[in-house]
Amino acid sequence: MEYIPNKIVDFLEETGNFSEFTGRFFKQAFRRPFEWKEMIHQCYIIGVQSLFLVASTGFIMGLVLTLQVRPTMVRFGASAFMPDMIGISFIREIGPVLTALICAGKIGSSIGAELGSMKVTEQIDAMEVSGTNPFKYLVVTRVWACIIMLPFLVIAADVVGLFGSYLIENMKGEVTFELYFNRVFEVLLIGDVVPATVKSFFFGLVIGIVGCYKGYNSEKGTEGVGRAANTAVVVASLLLFVVDFFAVLIADIFYVI
Amino acid sequence: MIKEESNNIKESHNEKKPLIEIKNLRKYFGSNEVLKGIDLQLFPQENVVILGKSGSGKSVLLKCLVRLMTVDEGEIIVLGKSIPDLNQEELDQIRTEVGFLFQGSALYDSMTVRENLRFPLRRHPERKLGENEEKLIKDALQSVGLEHAIDLMPAELSGGMKRRVALARTLILKPKIILYDEPTTGLDPITANEIIQLMLKIQDELNTSALIITHDMDCARVISNRMIILQDGVHYAEGTYSELSQCRDPKVKAFFKEVQSR
Repeated sequence: MEYIPNKIVDFLEETGNFSEFTGRFFKQAFRRPFEWKEMIHQCYIIGVQSLFLVASTGFIMGLVLTLQVRPTMVRFGASAFMPDMIGISFIREIGPVLTALICAGKIGSSIGAELGSMKVTEQIDAMEVSGTNPFKYLVVTRVWACIIMLPFLVIAADVVGLFGSYLIENMKGEVTFELYFNRVFEVLLIGDVVPATVKSFFFGLVIGIVGCYKGYNSEKGTEGVGRAANTAVVVASLLLFVVDFFAVLIADIFYVI
Repeated sequence: MIKEESNNIKESHNEKKPLIEIKNLRKYFGSNEVLKGIDLQLFPQENVVILGKSGSGKSVLLKCLVRLMTVDEGEIIVLGKSIPDLNQEELDQIRTEVGFLFQGSALYDSMTVRENLRFPLRRHPERKLGENEEKLIKDALQSVGLEHAIDLMPAELSGGMKRRVALARTLILKPKIILYDEPTTGLDPITANEIIQLMLKIQDELNTSALIITHDMDCARVISNRMIILQDGVHYAEGTYSELSQCRDPKVKAFFKEVQSR
């Protein structure tokens, strides 16, 4: 051990602890009793309260993407393919990744800070001595809520983003609503929609589990809470790209992309 | 260990079975031995105060009693059950009999006072004993004089009010033993005295026993039947307040002098 640099030892230790934490989640996630009320409450906080941010970001992204791409497509005489191009890129990649990154920032940091603060003020200990399993009440409910709500948020971002793109197309190219969306749905294949939806569940898992892990293992003091929130966002964002890469790789095996 | 136990205390203890019995308790953090073979007993309707400097292992001892921390060696028997050997279900059951008042109150930030008190009741409906939930909550708040604060959030409460709500939350399951982790720390002398009087009232009304960690010598003097001084993880001295305050041992004398000078 003495020949291995400390940073590598710390990294391996952290990875081990994180894996153990994830394993603990899967062990308890399907075991009774279920904290339904708290889970529904978390679904509301994570899903409904993030909807406006996710939708407005998706809308702006739809506008911007169309404005940026359109001149090039026109130059090549391919403006008729705008709905195809925007539809596929939004459903496959931009919608899920954009939503996940926004949620990593909003939800990941808030879970990290909330659980971190509960840890340092002994609220988690208080829960435990009152005969409640805090892991089940705090962690399992939040991670499940992230897994369930992320795909809905992705769908919302996709729909609103495509609508934003249609508005630009309508203004610049006089494309009707019906024509635009008929074209989008014509060009989309099952191989575009299914992998994107499946990876959204995994994005939810990553955001929830990293936020909870960082908060639940927060060090003492306000500095520890700040660090928990910050590292939750950084680690979750990084892991999202890793998961995205593997999701695309696996989808490539099962579907012709 | 210096033991200055009066004959009256000894005789009364001989007749009763202890609620808490700790034998040769050891706890390590890495290579650092925090508790070095602690022995302790808590008898029915007794208040034992544990004194010691910061880092002497007092809070660790309290957390080991409800298995918020695991022990490395030794025995902890609470209400006749060996704490390290209990499964989760048995442990949760014992925890309903042992209330814990945390130093910072540890009220759930996202819940109102009512929800804070309802939380343990919903987890242990058997402890309601057929009584109405709302009535139990109001009674518990009334016993700490805060029935008007039922719909407030913890952030809207003062330090003393938070401590009293936390006490009400501890009492709502009607525990036999209450563990107090520095109940008066961070409070002004008047509020601290109110909390001390409340602790005495609770013991009187509910016949509870208490293990109290404190730095507050006034609190220790008023509330303790017996005091234990922990020094560097060792059970160093034991006796009543008057016995220990008159003890000739230089370390005990120095300890009293230091605490009283604060």
